[in-house]
Amino acid sequence: MKSFVKGGAAALAIIAASQVGADEDANLIINGETEITVRADAPEHLDNVSTIYSGWVFRSDETQALQMDDFDNPGMIFVDQGRDSWVLAEGSEGKSCADCHNEPESLANVRPTYPKWNDETEEVRTIAMQINGCRTEQMGAEPWKYDSTSMLNMEALLSSVARGQVMNVAIDGPAQSMWEQGKELYYTRTGQLDLSCANCHEDNYGNYIRADHLSQGQTNGFPVYRLKNAKLNGVHSRFKGCVRDTRAETYAVGSEEFIALELYVASRGNGLSVEGPAVRN
Amino acid sequence: MKRLMLAGTFSALATVVTAGDVAPDDVVYGEYGDVTASLSGVAGDPAAGKEIMVARGKGNCIACHQVTALEEYPFHGEVGPSLDGVGEYRTAEELRGILANPKMTYEGTIMPAFYRVSGFTRPGDAFTGKAAEGPLSPLLTAQEIEDVVAYLQTLTD
Ligand code: HEC
Ligand code: HEC
Repeated sequence: MKSFVKGGAAALAIIAASQVGADEDANLIINGETEITVRADAPEHLDNVSTIYSGWVFRSDETQALQMDDFDNPGMIFVDQGRDSWVLAEGSEGKSCADCHNEPESLANVRPTYPKWNDETEEVRTIAMQINGCRTEQMGAEPWKYDSTSMLNMEALLSSVARGQVMNVAIDGPAQSMWEQGKELYYTRTGQLDLSCANCHEDNYGNYIRADHLSQGQTNGFPVYRLKNAKLNGVHSRFKGCVRDTRAETYAVGSEEFIALELYVASRGNGLSVEGPAVRN
Repeated sequence: MKRLMLAGTFSALATVVTAGDVAPDDVVYGEYGDVTASLSGVAGDPAAGKEIMVARGKGNCIACHQVTALEEYPFHGEVGPSLDGVGEYRTAEELRGILANPKMTYEGTIMPAFYRVSGFTRPGDAFTGKAAEGPLSPLLTAQEIEDVVAYLQTLTD
């Protein structure tokens, strides 16, 4: 009943009456200075949605507040750990990230534009793949495991320096076929519950499903710190959980399917700000 | 080892499809998705149906539906319509069909089919995320469907 959301004030009244409500009209300003775009006009390629919302909008007042100040945001500890490994020389070349990139702030354009086509390797790369590309090619170091602690810490660092920048992943050119594949996956119903991403995050955002307040399933907040498991969570791990919840056989973290899906879902959020590490329940 | 596993599978199935049940693939749907014949041949028990409606591991119907008579159980969803009064305006045959496979009544609905075991994409082994091994069990047994139908019939204004 998407019309609830589109219905504006009436929608809010219904939601507020039924459960512990979230303030869906709130704005997010981090540390009193960084303005985050949490609602925007939908990108042109989206047919069934006119406004896009960050997952932050649908969280409870308490959870929302945790993201407004870095001292309260439990995800920021991991950003600090990411900074530690930024300057750590590793591998046969004895180099750190800092040796090639100086400050992490110099890579502020990365988080908003990934996943992104890489001309040399002729593939769409997620940030995790690019980080591992640097580790193996430039540093002669071991790759990190997908969605491992070290990887998510580094991703959190690269997100934190890009907060406030607007998501803008490219979906045309050589990335287009991967994007189409991701779109196909987004609308495919899976599992014995026979549900697609769109059933929950396009048709029902703003509605409660039991105690869960459904968001649009946007990725601009990743990696996200979840209160539920008290750690940073990667995009693919989240996808995996959602697919599992349809009683389906999931795809693997780091699989081509999830890379394609990540590109597509990221493009649905073009126009929202990067806000990672975000806080979610 | 293999034999043990097979034996396990069969006994698990036996508890699901008991003698006299209409198998999920054999359910006959009417033009509007209704199902005339009882799936189990045994009258439904509304008290058991009520438990199934609210249990997360069973029907969990209130995940999507608001039901005033079930107010004591927390967190009713908003994905489907309220079921208040549904026993008044829906027949048992219609309710049975909607539960067994709602897509026969509402094309493309988000509501899952509770008595269906085939035609899925990448079916998993319950909520493990792994591929299903062997035949699927329906989400509810034939008798559980009858129990829920009996409960829904009590929802009159
Ligand atoms: C049965 C319902 C359901 C389905 C189907 C589903 N999700 Fe979700 N998803 C949820 C719930 C519940 C949450 C947690 C609350 C929220 O943010 O919506 C969630 C959260 C998310 C988030 C985190 C958003 C944030 O801001 O932290 C992403 C990303 C996501 N889903 C993507 C997907 C994708 C991609 C698919 C399909 C592969 C999918 N979901 C399928 C129910 C679902
Ligand atoms: C994931 C969501 C979901 C779940 C779980 C779910 N339903 Fe539904 N149900 C719906 C939706 C949505 C509709 C409306 C049909 C449509 O338009 O798609 C519906 C319709 C119905 C109707 C018809 C109502 C009418 O006005 O005629 C009945 C009866 C019903 N559901 C009963 C149940 C029962 C009983 C269960 C659990 C055993 C259940 N539902 C589980 C989403 C759900």
